[in-house]
Amino acid sequence: MTDQPADSGASSDLGDVPAILEMVHITKDFPGVRALDDVSMTVRRGEIHAICGENGAGKSTLMKVLSGVHPFGTYEGRIIFDGEEMQFNGIKSSEHVGIVIIHQELALIPELSVTENIFIGNEVTRHGVIDWEVSRERAVQLLGRVGLDVDPDTAIKNLGVGQQQLIEIAKALSKDVRLLILDEPTSALNEEDSENLLNILRQLKTQGLTSIMISHKLNEIAEIADSITIIRDGRTIESLDVADGTVNEDRIIRGMVGRALDSRFPEHTPNIGEIFFEVRDWTIEHPQIPGRLVCNHSNFYVRRGEIVGFAGLMGAGRTELARSIFGRTYGTYQGGQILINGEAVEIPSVRAAIARGISYVPEDRKVLGLNLLDNVKDTIVAAGIGRISRNTVIDLEAEINAAEEYRKAMNIKAASIDVGVSTLSGGNQQKVVLAKWMFTEPSLAILDEPTRGIDVGAKYEIYGLIHRLADEGKGVVMISSELPELLGVCDRIYTVFEGRITGELLTAEATQESLMRLMTDTSAA
Amino acid sequence: MTATKASETTPGKGLPARGAKPASGGGIKQILGSDPRQFGMLGALIVLALFFQWLSGGKMLTPSNAQNILNGNSYVLVLAIGMLFVIITGQIDLSVGSVAAVVGICTALSINFWAFPWWLGILFGLMVGILIGMWQGSWLAFVGVPGFITTLAGYMLFRGLYQYVGKASSQPAPDEIRFIGGGYLPEWGPNTGLNNSTLVLGVAALAILIVLDVRKRARVIKAGGTPIPLWAAIARLAVIGVALGYLTWLFGSGRQGTSFPVTGLILVVLGLAYNFLASRTTIGRGVYAVGGNKAAAALTGISVKRTYFLVMTNVSFLAAVAGIMYFGRSTSTGPSDGVGWELDAIAAVFIGGAAVSGGIGTVTGSLIGGLVMAVLNNGLYLMGVGSDMTQMIKGLVLLIAVAFDLYSKSQGKPSIIGALARGFNPKAVENELQPGAGPNRELGNPLWAVLSFLVFPVGIVLWAVWRKDRPGSAKQARNGVFAALIVGLFISVIALFMALAQTTGLVS
Repeated sequence: MTDQPADSGASSDLGDVPAILEMVHITKDFPGVRALDDVSMTVRRGEIHAICGENGAGKSTLMKVLSGVHPFGTYEGRIIFDGEEMQFNGIKSSEHVGIVIIHQELALIPELSVTENIFIGNEVTRHGVIDWEVSRERAVQLLGRVGLDVDPDTAIKNLGVGQQQLIEIAKALSKDVRLLILDEPTSALNEEDSENLLNILRQLKTQGLTSIMISHKLNEIAEIADSITIIRDGRTIESLDVADGTVNEDRIIRGMVGRALDSRFPEHTPNIGEIFFEVRDWTIEHPQIPGRLVCNHSNFYVRRGEIVGFAGLMGAGRTELARSIFGRTYGTYQGGQILINGEAVEIPSVRAAIARGISYVPEDRKVLGLNLLDNVKDTIVAAGIGRISRNTVIDLEAEINAAEEYRKAMNIKAASIDVGVSTLSGGNQQKVVLAKWMFTEPSLAILDEPTRGIDVGAKYEIYGLIHRLADEGKGVVMISSELPELLGVCDRIYTVFEGRITGELLTAEATQESLMRLMTDTSAA
Repeated sequence: MTATKASETTPGKGLPARGAKPASGGGIKQILGSDPRQFGMLGALIVLALFFQWLSGGKMLTPSNAQNILNGNSYVLVLAIGMLFVIITGQIDLSVGSVAAVVGICTALSINFWAFPWWLGILFGLMVGILIGMWQGSWLAFVGVPGFITTLAGYMLFRGLYQYVGKASSQPAPDEIRFIGGGYLPEWGPNTGLNNSTLVLGVAALAILIVLDVRKRARVIKAGGTPIPLWAAIARLAVIGVALGYLTWLFGSGRQGTSFPVTGLILVVLGLAYNFLASRTTIGRGVYAVGGNKAAAALTGISVKRTYFLVMTNVSFLAAVAGIMYFGRSTSTGPSDGVGWELDAIAAVFIGGAAVSGGIGTVTGSLIGGLVMAVLNNGLYLMGVGSDMTQMIKGLVLLIAVAFDLYSKSQGKPSIIGALARGFNPKAVENELQPGAGPNRELGNPLWAVLSFLVFPVGIVLWAVWRKDRPGSAKQARNGVFAALIVGLFISVIALFMALAQTTGLVS
């Protein structure tokens, strides 16, 4: 079992611990594209094994092969689990031997209770009838194992994303999981919840659980993984053993992109002008919960050519602030003023916001940013369609020209402007959304988590585009949960906590620690 | 046109989305241009027509039968246009039949009792339709009652209103409205052997197409692009010319006094106008945007409420047009006016490739879908198949058409059908790229799936065979055998479908 396939990449010493899983020479073709090309990987029993790679490198496809989503026969190569060759033909058959995958998009049913969700499809029955008492008892135990203190009768919709992620793990544990696969488990979580999740994973490891984790957050991987397999362009590039101490973020990035990224942020010399956009005493009430202020007398300003960051934990009210400014698309207006060039303006709708030169690139591009049925061209012109139409009739030539121009300017990698946006990678989709808003020629661009879920290379490009916006004299507001990113890109950073702006720091003076303190400290206000 | 400029492409992922017009490709594609899928639909329509032409011994493609098909179905096709926009936004309208009936009776009464001139009666009827549409649109857009419920209520409400207003009377239609609903274009000028109005229409249509094509070509060249090769452009126009010529002959060579029907003319005008609205205006873009992703549309500055309101108003307006057309055709109002029309319109739209979840669909597709149903209906009628069998067969056709559509959309994988219908599956690729978003491909034991598919058709066959040996009229027996044949055809199609699904992993 410890025998390695002769050419399984660079993996040096995987120690004496026996392998629980070997994937040998896996090749998987989609029509016209080879998604996996001779990928091999070995996972030792009881370790946390990370898979790294840029978007589209083949990580998810590999996990789909492993979990039987791509059934036996649709790929070449062998899967050896616990010493036996496996031929999975569906999720059920891989779960049968104890391989459970938790997808990025959680598969929980919001209206059902925690207990019901944990045992869905795997109900505890007695004589064919669900035994709720035993179910509930076992749910409590499982919740204990994942360190979650919630009532098992609570509906899932009432839990936070972090808690939901833990419920997914509890659900996996209920299936007697032996190999847990987590696809981007922390991508939707804030720092605190991420840390908590990683701790739980460590704890489960001590209880003997093997896990595979796909993540873009390299710092987490460097922190938690025992070994790392790096995949690039559908091939195994290398396997790293973290134990030998030479692995750090830069090392992983080098493997992922095939070269050393000198800097994760492009160089930029800010050229900051006068204040042109100001928000005073902005107060917004939660749309459903009367009396709860999601923006509490907030004041901030943006100068021309300035990149202003907003740091805060998830739920702090950053998105709510942005969207309430952007045509009051969130919450109930309670008071406050928006000043553009010193003049108080009313912005009651998205149209008005666009007309005033404000753009908002939403945080979740698939849910809020894109019509996934549309093609690149129609998406790029969607928000500024008035610019290429007269009396509602669209000038098709102007449309094509505009879309081509932005495709080139933003370096969107698409076969043509006629391909569907859903076929693009996450980074390119994000560039399309940016193009859509740049096409409205805004003077203030509000970018909500512009680099979430996209890979290192694409992030670098997005940072470059943000810098270019600033160089054109536009103001940029950037909301991000990744503090290094804010520190690397912004000129000035506001911190938000529970709907209030709790601090304002020049980037030169700020550190992750000082930001985090302001983001969590109630007394800082 | 732009494919060559791409700096870096992802092979196999560059499938065009809705409305995409790939300009590169093989010779056939260059001639046909536009959406290959819609061409497939058109092909199916032609094959179906030829099939029945053969089966019925040449009764299908005669002038009078073609005129009949158009006259007898134009109102449904007009409804389908309106329904399409509702369905693109992700809603549905169940009330169009009832609305059409109410408009018919209102028009009739305004003329017969209030002594309105015929044109004022029509205007009044259209006004009633628009008001009903605004009523339903308001409930959907401003109160938030889903379209399904709003229009289910409307279905009952306006059916009742029709009965209340009409008092079971049968109101005759004036000659002008009869002309609109079932008349023919005038005959004039020298004897060309064809109806001259039809001839002029055909020639004019061809001329307009040639001018548009030439202008488009000039624009592409001016913009610095590479137009399709000249031979392809000419071949394309030649194909269209032959088709138009044939249609001109088909509709124009009927008995004296007949021509391309007036209803057909109304349909063509509406079809062109709404096709333009859907593909070339910001309003059309808004409709697709709302159907594709409501939240994203709202954040793009498109008013979702306004869009809902507009499409609901519009569908009732077109229902009014259809109601008046039908009123003219049937020469008087009757108790079964509008009954079941909504379902015919909905079927046409879905056969035409619209998505139940919204965001996808075209005017041309819906019209072709409606014509497929019309030709099927007519062909079965010509063969003496009873309405019982016809209903069943239409039901199966709807199921199979949409199943094929879904299947081809879900295929990024090589398969006969997938390859034929390639080019319209953005969602499938999306699923391929998104972990966890993939469809659940576990249908359980495939044997069960196959059996459950077969229960219904096998039941009919057994019944038909049993029926054949019973005493009864010869016609019944023949119908039974015929049904068994049709059903057998479907079984083999389903078997093929399942086999393909098996090999490509759709069914595990």
